[in-house]
Amino acid sequence: MLIAVLLGFIFALSILVIGKFIKGKQSWLSTLIPLSLLAYFSSFIPQVSRGEIIQQTYTWIPSFNVELSFQLDGLSLLFSLMITGIGTLVFAYTSAYLKGHEFLDRFYAYLSMFMGAMLGLVLSDNLISMFVFWELTSISSFYLIGFNNASLASRKSALTALGITGMGGLLFLGGAVLLGDVAGTFSISEMIGMSEEITTHSAYVLIAILFFGAAFSKSAQFPFHFWLPGAMKAPTPVSTYLHSATMVKAGVYLLLRFTPILGNTEFWNSTLIIVGGVTMLYSAIHIIFRTDLKGILAYSTISALGILVFLIGLGTQEALIACLVFIIVHALYKASLFLITGIIDHETGTRDITQLAGLRKVLMPVAVAGFLAALISGGVPPTFGFIGKDLIYEAGLNWGSFTWLLIGAALLTKILLYYAGFVAGVKPFMGSLPASFENVHLPEKRLWVPPLLLVSLGVLLGFVPHLAEDALIAPGIEVLMTSTETFHLKLWHGFNTALILSLVTIGIGTLLYFVLIPSHKKENFIGKFEVISPKNIVLKTTEGFSAFSSLWTNFFQNGFLRHYVATIIGFLCLVLGYLIFSNFNLRLDYSSFSKLTIYEVAIIVMMITAIFFTVFSKSRLAAVASMGIVGFAFCLLFLFYSAPDLAMTQFSVDTLTVILFVLVLYRLPKYLRLSKNVLRIEHGILSVFFGALMTILVLKVLQEPVNAEITNYYAQNAYLLAKGKNVVNVILVDFRGIDTLIETCVLIVAALGVFGLLKLRLKTRDKK
Amino acid sequence: MKTIILRTASDFLLPVLLLFSVFILLRGHYLPGGGFIGGLVASIAFVLDAFANGLENTKKLLKIHPGFLMPFGLVISAVAAISPIIFTGQPIMTGLWANDPIPVIGSIGSALFFDTGVYLIVIGASLTIIFTISESA
Repeated sequence: MLIAVLLGFIFALSILVIGKFIKGKQSWLSTLIPLSLLAYFSSFIPQVSRGEIIQQTYTWIPSFNVELSFQLDGLSLLFSLMITGIGTLVFAYTSAYLKGHEFLDRFYAYLSMFMGAMLGLVLSDNLISMFVFWELTSISSFYLIGFNNASLASRKSALTALGITGMGGLLFLGGAVLLGDVAGTFSISEMIGMSEEITTHSAYVLIAILFFGAAFSKSAQFPFHFWLPGAMKAPTPVSTYLHSATMVKAGVYLLLRFTPILGNTEFWNSTLIIVGGVTMLYSAIHIIFRTDLKGILAYSTISALGILVFLIGLGTQEALIACLVFIIVHALYKASLFLITGIIDHETGTRDITQLAGLRKVLMPVAVAGFLAALISGGVPPTFGFIGKDLIYEAGLNWGSFTWLLIGAALLTKILLYYAGFVAGVKPFMGSLPASFENVHLPEKRLWVPPLLLVSLGVLLGFVPHLAEDALIAPGIEVLMTSTETFHLKLWHGFNTALILSLVTIGIGTLLYFVLIPSHKKENFIGKFEVISPKNIVLKTTEGFSAFSSLWTNFFQNGFLRHYVATIIGFLCLVLGYLIFSNFNLRLDYSSFSKLTIYEVAIIVMMITAIFFTVFSKSRLAAVASMGIVGFAFCLLFLFYSAPDLAMTQFSVDTLTVILFVLVLYRLPKYLRLSKNVLRIEHGILSVFFGALMTILVLKVLQEPVNAEITNYYAQNAYLLAKGKNVVNVILVDFRGIDTLIETCVLIVAALGVFGLLKLRLKTRDKK
Repeated sequence: MKTIILRTASDFLLPVLLLFSVFILLRGHYLPGGGFIGGLVASIAFVLDAFANGLENTKKLLKIHPGFLMPFGLVISAVAAISPIIFTGQPIMTGLWANDPIPVIGSIGSALFFDTGVYLIVIGASLTIIFTISESA
């Protein structure tokens, strides 16, 4: 299974390398990757439907309890099949849709990287590796949304999406670490048994909130939904694959996966119902005002995601079955509607619903696919969509409290989704063909076969629902519920309230389709409310942040080095001074001090003289040289107190510093202007104060009892473990060798920085 | 600052100082010294040479730009750090040691290679900084 997950990444890397040579030729061959994965995961269907759970573990970072453990159960199989199945169609579709595109290889690399990440996400049994894959999906989504990197809007949308989903990722990490801490393990399958302890733990609410944040931002729930319509700037295959069928369902997957662990509490259920309910209604209403086909589909996707979250919130077996069924239904019809939109866009060059009409005359197979997709989306019998919708109503009806509120919201949403499906799937093909579209002709098969396949599956499953039930829904439900009752999916449930609601949906939906004609006027009307939309509020907040930070930076980073030093030291004085004087108890025990020797006095006199010379010198070079004397005097002090290593280092560093100063200052003129006396006195006071504080600090440290544990450890083990007698050096190259390695890297970066900055400046000066 | 005294002295001082820096590097594991100090001493040797004979001559003497010592040293350090993973399957930075000490050099171990890497990086970085600044001043 590791290979299956890594295949996407391996392919992504290799195509970047070899892509240059094949130049997009035979790109349909890449379809074999998801296809083989689809076959691989399908081979598990018999095992999983018997209720088996396949687990494979590979150690990754054993010292942190992080392992790559993969678990294939009903839920992950459902998602894996969806990812690879729709992936296959999207890969095939892309080879025709982006034919001849300059960066086709790059596109496939991102796409297969996403596929690998998404598979890893749904198969992971370890919270940390799940987080890693979660982030990888966000990153690949960022690349794909910004694929048209020459367009500003596309780059901005990519950044917004990354910002929102990245924030969600951060919350997920927080939740994962906290949950791992509470449960004592990062393994999800081990957590299942601990549900009761976790939900009664004091950190439960925080964990749930963090997971909600992650899931809501990924699955575009209100008020984080706004990144999804923006993400439609990506090429249509991406919208199909990431932003309707799979990636946005990662949040739903997360909620489902953790329902048995964190679910079944009032907090969990009511939050999900409210957020899901608000999202599904809010974005369903938005559909009415859109004229861009992809915009309509984006909002109906958000609305569908809202329904899924809402159903998880209801949390009954019926609701969860409805949720699983609706995940499949939605993937089938929404992916095909997106693919169809892509074809229309590709052939006519527009996605404006007010202009599109009559395309059935030129794109007949596409029109059939569109019509069927609309039927599935609207839940018209005998499609699989009807079963999904029926289940949703039944779950709402049997929930107990607030029935009519829930049903009202679901009904309104469903009617509007029905409307959306017909506007996107049927409207472009109806009416008379405008003259401008007469030259439109049917594209190659790779474009129109995938949506047709998807909708046929949707219709077929309506007749034989037990296929989906045995393979996916029943094993899936077993993962989600501790005890399950037997159930059967079927088209005909008898004459009941749910059926009436279904009929009402279809009736009003059809009526709406004929009454509500999309127009730009409506779109402009909703545009007026943009000011108070969450998107605008978030964008304004980020703008405020950058305005604030530029003010802040300009205030502190004013370009005067002396100002920086004064600010830093002044601040340090404030903090240290407060700490020291708020709890001042300095008892000096003079008897414990060693006696002052004559050479120590000599060195200190030398130092003080050098300092005064530095301050009052009128020549730069002399000032630098006397600074060097202060440094060398320090070396002597180190030497007297038996720190030869420090002394040697200090000596070399000081030598080099003086040389550097001399090199820089050598050719500068003498001081032209000395600082004003007021400033000098100010700085003098500051430095005396700082020196006094440091002295008090050192004396206080001496007063504390010394904890010799660490010192002793190093002293004792330096020779035993590291075969060295010089403890300082052993610490540097062995005990804390990683630190040294990183410090040398810092050194290199600094050297390269100096080199780059100065050489660059030299070059520009040469040009002049 | 091209005086005859300094130039003559530096011709002798350069090899002696370089030898001294290697000595410091090698003795580091038992006595005061080590890669960092050794590297600084070596770079001071080159800087002294540059003062006496001019930067161009020192550069000629070095043949390659000192900056190239940095990646070279980093590779040595990194390989020494990960060698336990490769050779014995122990965690990163575990000290590996040859059984018998070699005359003059002493015990050979991954720590020595690590320190040699540090030595080269320090020479490379400090000389790059000093040379660049003195060229632009």
